[in-house]
Amino acid sequence: MVSASGTSFFKGMLLGSISWVLITMFGQIHIRHRGQTQDHEHHHLRPPNRNDFLNTSKVILLELSKSIRVFCIIFGESEDESYWAALKETWTKHCDKAELYDTKNDNLVNIESNDRWVQMRTTYKYVFEKYGDNYNWFFLALPTTFAVIENLKYLLFTRDASQPFYLGHTVIFGDLEYVTVEGGIVLSRESMKRLNRLLDNSETCADQSVIWKLSEDKQLAICLKYAGVHAENAEDYEGRDVFNTKPIAQLIEEALSNNPQQVVEGCCSDMAITFNGLTPHKMEVMMYGLYRLRAFGHYFNDTLVFLPPVGSEND
Amino acid sequence: MSEIHFREMASKSWLNFLTFLCGSAIGFLLCSQLFSILLGEKGDTQPNVLHNDPHARHSDDNGQNHLEGQMNFNADSSQHKDENTDIAENLYHKVRILCWVMTGPQNLEKKAKHVKATWAQRCNKVLFMSSEENKDFPAVGLKTKEGRDQLYWKTIKAFQYVHEHYLEDADWFLKADDDTYVILDNLRWLLSKYDPEEPIYFGRRFKPYVKQGYMSGGAGYVLSKEALKRFVDAFKTDKCTHSSSIEDLALGRCMEIMNVEAGDSRDTIGKETFHPFVPEHHLIKGYLPRTFWYWNYNYYPPVEGPGCCSDLAVSFHYVDSTTMYELEYLVYHLRPYGYLYRYQPTLPEHILKEISQANKNEDTKVKLGNP
Repeated sequence: MVSASGTSFFKGMLLGSISWVLITMFGQIHIRHRGQTQDHEHHHLRPPNRNDFLNTSKVILLELSKSIRVFCIIFGESEDESYWAALKETWTKHCDKAELYDTKNDNLVNIESNDRWVQMRTTYKYVFEKYGDNYNWFFLALPTTFAVIENLKYLLFTRDASQPFYLGHTVIFGDLEYVTVEGGIVLSRESMKRLNRLLDNSETCADQSVIWKLSEDKQLAICLKYAGVHAENAEDYEGRDVFNTKPIAQLIEEALSNNPQQVVEGCCSDMAITFNGLTPHKMEVMMYGLYRLRAFGHYFNDTLVFLPPVGSEND
Repeated sequence: MSEIHFREMASKSWLNFLTFLCGSAIGFLLCSQLFSILLGEKGDTQPNVLHNDPHARHSDDNGQNHLEGQMNFNADSSQHKDENTDIAENLYHKVRILCWVMTGPQNLEKKAKHVKATWAQRCNKVLFMSSEENKDFPAVGLKTKEGRDQLYWKTIKAFQYVHEHYLEDADWFLKADDDTYVILDNLRWLLSKYDPEEPIYFGRRFKPYVKQGYMSGGAGYVLSKEALKRFVDAFKTDKCTHSSSIEDLALGRCMEIMNVEAGDSRDTIGKETFHPFVPEHHLIKGYLPRTFWYWNYNYYPPVEGPGCCSDLAVSFHYVDSTTMYELEYLVYHLRPYGYLYRYQPTLPEHILKEISQANKNEDTKVKLGNP
């Protein structure tokens, strides 16, 4: 008798697990064709061709460097105040303008909600209304992210901001490709325009969650999709991700176990744009490691020129 | 009889149905829990190593084959297509450095391996010094015992070995630990101003016990050819003692006795280049407590925060295996595209002249733009 109820218990467990898997997979997204493998196009975006600029004059290249204006939005809540202080003192100094939105102690945007998607879209609306005319690229990151704005500008400088770009580290979730917020989200001015039109006029960007709460980065992707804006995964010339969702140390540990012969080459791109999961101390160390520490005798023939920020000590 | 049997069956199947429902509920919950755990982020834990004694040594050490420096300046070719390494290559041939790394049988795979995979490649020659020989690694066997009190003895034997076999193969002779990270290109820049025939040595200068100061062992120190000759000679002529349990101090004393100058290794704006700790410990104000020995040992006024460390730093110490690769990535790979660095150091006049002479005969264009 015991064995009989035992097997039925396990049959029940099996059924429960399977039904959970099925519900999660299908409950959140639209099913277009049952039983057919989905023909999904994974979009990639790479830096410009170096040879295109060999004959361009220095004056034009300087103008080009200045014409890429990046607005940085640091969005989220952090464990303590020192994160915000560190962000102000480190990489955000390299943005053309940066605003820090602490969603826990918000006194800037006045978002009256604890829902992350509501907070995010209110923030985007606020930013577009206030800054949409003066900047052509909008970069949103978490308080634990470190970004190299010069490398972001290099990735973007041949792109037309009046086209709808939506870039970062993308993940495929069913038939939705979205940019994860941990890696940082880049929107061109056109994407911001379209996003804000939708937020103004319709309910299409309301909460799309069905059973489980959808994270705000997925919601953003669904919303942008209605406006015809699709996510693209940003990569370097070798196809390596430039937006990283983990800190360097973790990526190295992974490379040590997966690829011990080629740890540094396998870990990360030379033109990496973001790393996530950094503490304030690690951000300070990154400033030194990135903007100062280098090997003498190695020179680069770069197309763009970026000057160090005024009145700064740690870069 | 059959009726009773039927009732039994009915209650049994009812029970079975209940356990089935229970099972499915538990299976459902278990899956969702497992999923959320799998998606959870790992915490970032970094053990902090603070040693109270500058001479707190690694209790390892107990190996003759040198490794020729494998300097492939264009290894990572596609990412480095825009990279001009003419000056670095020029210095490689002009300022020849032999590196020997203090290690031991237990640490070959744990630590020395990562040194070999990263910065050791850039030495003109590199030797891994152990108490016993290892033909595969390869490591030189110094035929000493293991233990902290053997460190100075190992240092003496290592320098004697280098002097006997490689004296003419290099101009400068570097000693480092298997948890030291060294940036050879920056060391060459530092040494390019000096003559290897002069008796001088460089490192992170400490002030106690020795009048002209002595160099921290863990941060690495480098002897000129003349300094090496005098050091080896000191033991032939009994001018220096063999026995000591404090390697760097004993070597510093011997250098002073033999009239080898303790050099100033700071860069042209006074920032330190050899570092006894990892960057974080120097860059973060307040990281090293005020009562820490370090503040009283430093020969020059110690600085914490961004002023601690030169852009052209030469070494860091207490570097674990992950940090070895991280430093390698930050120094030789990751860079901010197009960035105009604030500190723009140059080479000494006589070297610049030699390079431009050499380049007049070639077609290469040396651009002294960024760094």
